[in-house]
Amino acid sequence: MSTTDFLFQGIIRAFELIISLNPYILSITGVSIKVSGTATILATLTAIPLAFILAFLHFRGKQALIALINTGMGLPPVFVGLFLWIMLVPAGPLGFLRMIFTQEAMIVAQYILITPIITGVSLAAIKAVPKPLIETVYTLGGDQKDAVITTIKEARFGIITAILAGLGRALAEVGAILIVGGNIARTGSIGGIGEGLSETRTLTTAITSETSKAEISTAIALGIILISLVLTVNILANFFQKRD
Amino acid sequence: MDELFRIKDLSMAFGEKVVLENIDLTIRRGEILAIIGPSGSGKTTLLRILNFFEKPTCGSMKFDGMDIREINDIRRRMSLLFQTPAIFNTSVFDNVAYGLKVRGVDKKAIEKKVGVALSIVGLSGMEKQKACTLSGGEAQRMAFARAIVYDPEILLLDEPTASLDPANVAKIEDIIRRVRDELGTTIIIATHNIPQVRRIADRVGILLDGVLIEVNDKEKIFAAPDDARSEAFIKGEMVY
Repeated sequence: MSTTDFLFQGIIRAFELIISLNPYILSITGVSIKVSGTATILATLTAIPLAFILAFLHFRGKQALIALINTGMGLPPVFVGLFLWIMLVPAGPLGFLRMIFTQEAMIVAQYILITPIITGVSLAAIKAVPKPLIETVYTLGGDQKDAVITTIKEARFGIITAILAGLGRALAEVGAILIVGGNIARTGSIGGIGEGLSETRTLTTAITSETSKAEISTAIALGIILISLVLTVNILANFFQKRD
Repeated sequence: MDELFRIKDLSMAFGEKVVLENIDLTIRRGEILAIIGPSGSGKTTLLRILNFFEKPTCGSMKFDGMDIREINDIRRRMSLLFQTPAIFNTSVFDNVAYGLKVRGVDKKAIEKKVGVALSIVGLSGMEKQKACTLSGGEAQRMAFARAIVYDPEILLLDEPTASLDPANVAKIEDIIRRVRDELGTTIIIATHNIPQVRRIADRVGILLDGVLIEVNDKEKIFAAPDDARSEAFIKGEMVY
């Protein structure tokens, strides 16, 4: 079989797996969306208020915090994974939480990775609101609360873009969740492919394991779903950037 | 006319740079007072101090006979219009209604007041239009409607026609007169447009290098000013 035939058949089989809603593929997709979605929601709840605090309040250590956030935006995922693994293994300082190789540990890892991204991009969007616009709020009789509400309204598309950027990063992340999640699926095979339903296996970590087992059609199917998800997020982000 | 604002010995410095020096100024209720002077003379800083965006280095201000303690309460009785209007990314109606909403005015009253304000500035029927699609002149008129919709006692105008064409300048000047005549609003306008001052002001203050060299009735300033520098500035002989 030539390389072209091999690839062609792999793609055909991949589409068959997607169209037939293969339970193994579906469970992996579900875990990916659940873990990345939860991490994004939690990161958003932290990042947006933090961005507003940094934009509106003056306090000691503010510049150091901004520098920390900027550094966090480029944090290597494998380092975060290693750090969390050391903390969460049974012998580690947080071993009593029994979180290692669970979806909760993966959520924490992605939360650490994307909170600085959502904070940093939101802060930039908030700072991009023209100063005269905020001063106009005060000239019209508004107070600081009104200024904050107006800033949220004016920066809303930039903030949505920040959240989507965080979600996109979370969905595409592999290093940290592979280390703390363990890429675990239940024993047994479903539909003749892979193993049992996913426990901590996501689209990205499954692609690495399926490729290493030369299960090309399964890896391609997972890749198509992953790209579709990330592409959808990016199209949405682009849409909101244009609205801004 | 009784006095609404009194400023005494007010000075302002940014670091080493003195921007305003020993300003004494009384603003009378219901007048149009023009503060004229070249660019960089301190006009905008003076308006920003009157609207509490800047805290003077020294001096005292009294509003309506009271020492100024609660800034927000007094600020709600005035309005400041910038040279280039800052527009909220929403409809014309929502922009104009803003000052009423933050004051908790009910919906029906807001609709009525916004309608009146838009008719004064000649923008009736444009309520639903996106404010960011307005032309420069329309945007400035919308900002004017937004500034007067809650009936402020003082309207501070910072070069309100500096970037407008003659037709829009005439419209804005007409609106300024109507707002004073029909609503009784006290208006302070900072400008370097001397012909405009001739057309609309009651009294004129001349600010040069942060010093208010003369404040007089318009007729007196243009016919026989007390200070030789006033005459030189008005005649355009003073080159900065």
